[in-house]
Amino acid sequence: MLNVREHNSESSALRVPVPMPAFRVVHPLPVGNRALKRKNASSAPKTDPEAPDWVMLIARIRDHQDRAAFARVFQHFAPRVKAFLMKSGADATLAEECAQDVMTTLWRKAHMFDPTRASVATWIFTIARNRRIDMLRRQRRPEPEELTWGPEAEPTQEDVLSLQEESEKLRQAITDLPDAQKELIERAFFGDLSHSEIAAETGLPLGTIKSRIRLALDRLRHAMK
Amino acid sequence: MTDKIKHHLSDDLLIAYSAGLLNEAFSLMVATHVSLCDTCRAQLESFDAVGGAILEGSGLPDVPQVAMSPDAIDAIFATIDLAPAQETRAARRKDDVLPAPLQDYVGGDLAAVKWRPVGMGVKQAILPTAKGATARLLYIPAGAAVPDHSHNGTELTMVLKGAFSDEYDSFGPGDVETADQDVTHTPVADISEDCICLAVTDAPLKFKGVIPRMLQPFLRI
Repeated sequence: MLNVREHNSESSALRVPVPMPAFRVVHPLPVGNRALKRKNASSAPKTDPEAPDWVMLIARIRDHQDRAAFARVFQHFAPRVKAFLMKSGADATLAEECAQDVMTTLWRKAHMFDPTRASVATWIFTIARNRRIDMLRRQRRPEPEELTWGPEAEPTQEDVLSLQEESEKLRQAITDLPDAQKELIERAFFGDLSHSEIAAETGLPLGTIKSRIRLALDRLRHAMK
Repeated sequence: MTDKIKHHLSDDLLIAYSAGLLNEAFSLMVATHVSLCDTCRAQLESFDAVGGAILEGSGLPDVPQVAMSPDAIDAIFATIDLAPAQETRAARRKDDVLPAPLQDYVGGDLAAVKWRPVGMGVKQAILPTAKGATARLLYIPAGAAVPDHSHNGTELTMVLKGAFSDEYDSFGPGDVETADQDVTHTPVADISEDCICLAVTDAPLKFKGVIPRMLQPFLRI
């Protein structure tokens, strides 16, 4: 099997639209402005050295239809996607089928992944979420327009790295949240329950739930500064 | 356009969209606004990133995982071999008024909209979305008003072309007005140009006048 990790340092940046921050709360720069550079990108925490370079694996899927790279991504993410779908109320059979769809979509849309705007986990989350809406409600899911490429829009490896580092920082910040906030944030994104449904289920007042979620997000924003 | 947008979507709406909890009509509003607004796009992407981090497993001590069936990956490769390509949505043309998510519903740009008059020169076109909420395009002639109304639920109105003002504020292209049950307002289109809006609501509007109230069941607003 191909040792995918040795390509790590030389994988070139994906050709994708302009960089957008992963967790920038206030006023991003206008589209087309390539001056966006995060300060202290090099001082951000390094990603787990044991973790595979997911961005590079997606690039290999896109450029070389690399099935070994796909298998690595599949092994890691498919069981998570399946768990996500089952938490939303799907039985094991339906969740299996939909998780396979999600991973198939990942292969087919590899060229649309933009590593300056999302981590691979985030991208897969959005695919799985869209599939979930389709699965549970059979509704259309209106999607925003894709950002169009500017003439100078090729991102640098630095843009890719700093986004991935920010994603790791965010993951750590969520880990560090107080349990009550963390649980609500997770349920809000994972459970397919509206805030008022969570209120009915937990017995917590709706206002408490909303303010806890808001507190959690404030904390995350603070951690991402 | 982005720099001029003053009235944005609330975090609550963007989170609900990111978590996949919004009904179709409100999702259409979010997708349309985000197509025009880089601020809300970045905000939405930050919420998506929270979803991604949770999927990756930053929360509970045990990352939730459920084993896939042993032949899943072979099944996927078999599917991929059958039809490898993937479409990309055609980009909106430069002069189009309707962002791509709306064009998907209308079947084209403004020329494709099937307007129906609702009185006093105002026209509307209901868009086909799932039950539970309504999405419609509104055409308000320059200087005309939408009948005075309040709301049972939440109504979001976004300007696509022209501008309107009500008792509270003024709204230009890309701006979203959020009105809930506490708000009674009379949006009036600016005098300089006809105004086209996308409006979504999760409950019927309450009109003050008798005539609009009688018309309401027929107009589905």
